[in-house]
Amino acid sequence: MFRLTESPRLSEFERQVLPHLDAAYNLARFLMRNDQDAEDVVQEAALRAFRFFGSFRGENSRAWFLSIVRNTSFTALKRHRADEDNVSFDEELHGEKISPMDAGAILDRAQDQQTVRAAIEQLPAEFREAITLRELEGFSYKEIADIAGVPIGTIMSRLARARRQLQMLLSETHPEAK
Amino acid sequence: MSMNHEQIRELIHPYVDGELDLLTARETEQHLRNCSDCRGVEKALRALRETVANSQPGYRAPSHLHRNVRAALRREAKTEAFNPWFVFATGAACALVILGAVLFQTTRASRNETIVKEVIANHVRSLLATHLVDVSSSDQHTVKPWFDGKIDFAPDVRDLSKDGFPLVGGRLDYLDGKTVVALVYQRNKHPINVFVMPATANLDRSPSVVTRRGYNVLSWRHHDMKYWAVSDLNEAELRRFAEFLVQ
Repeated sequence: MFRLTESPRLSEFERQVLPHLDAAYNLARFLMRNDQDAEDVVQEAALRAFRFFGSFRGENSRAWFLSIVRNTSFTALKRHRADEDNVSFDEELHGEKISPMDAGAILDRAQDQQTVRAAIEQLPAEFREAITLRELEGFSYKEIADIAGVPIGTIMSRLARARRQLQMLLSETHPEAK
Repeated sequence: MSMNHEQIRELIHPYVDGELDLLTARETEQHLRNCSDCRGVEKALRALRETVANSQPGYRAPSHLHRNVRAALRREAKTEAFNPWFVFATGAACALVILGAVLFQTTRASRNETIVKEVIANHVRSLLATHLVDVSSSDQHTVKPWFDGKIDFAPDVRDLSKDGFPLVGGRLDYLDGKTVVALVYQRNKHPINVFVMPATANLDRSPSVVTRRGYNVLSWRHHDMKYWAVSDLNEAELRRFAEFLVQ
């Protein structure tokens, strides 16, 4: 009787928010560190975003949607693993080893990609978030601060520490990044 | 005031990210030119960023996720349509519309019934008193001008003798609180009163007949005029008459 599948709100949402589904998945994938959890998070975040779409003022739909994705991710992480929101990272002993590469071998892109992904995934969640939003999605400090809901200064220091850790992780396999 | 080495060191990341204001950026640049230590930090940072960017580590949403999200949103939009408040609001709105329509129809019907009674009363009165017509003529060119100056509209007056409904004459009458034109026709021995007035609202339907006390009352609307024809003629003949009249 009420066919609201063609509702204007839904089509507006599809137009403004759905183009950022790749960015949403990218962030969720790095935060959750596996495909299935990332998909669940994106699906849930999209529904939440749709419900809150009325409160969206239309300035920056990508940042707005990603802030919902990151909150959904962190909620899921806290549910899954209590240790995940712990930012402490032993900068001397950096956890598990990434699969080492032959020093002389020429790296093909697929291998390179895997190495970098694995290195990012070893970072604490807040650092993974900072690296993903800055290096992969190209957000400004201000936008990242808005998405994560923390001051810019915090983002600046998180990013610097995240990069130092990433440098250490990659220097084992990637001497030129040192 | 110039910044020291430690302060500058903190700024290398925002410097490389292009997040510094022009003045601070220039100061940082100056320091980097003179400090090889900091230059090393900057170089390593740029190398790291390049390694990360070149390896293209970003994930793209798989196509089934795109589909699933769209499907979930459609379902959500549908459930919203069926949430209790929406159903209540829609139900209330529907009820109001129906109530309004019923009231409107009732009012209109009762109003219609009042006019029908008046029409018949006028007809009967015109037959009882010898006041059937004010202007007695079968000539439409006599009857039509007679109304000039007496009413504020010009009725279409036609003799229908050739169709078997000769014009008898016309008079002024009173209907629904207004002065109206009454045209009198005859079919064999049956007089027909036709009341004509400007149509007020756009709601009048196509010809409708009601029968009261042995009289048929046919009403219709034509060219912004409302017509009421009343006679003891049978319904079929009255309808035929109406058709000739508006032809």
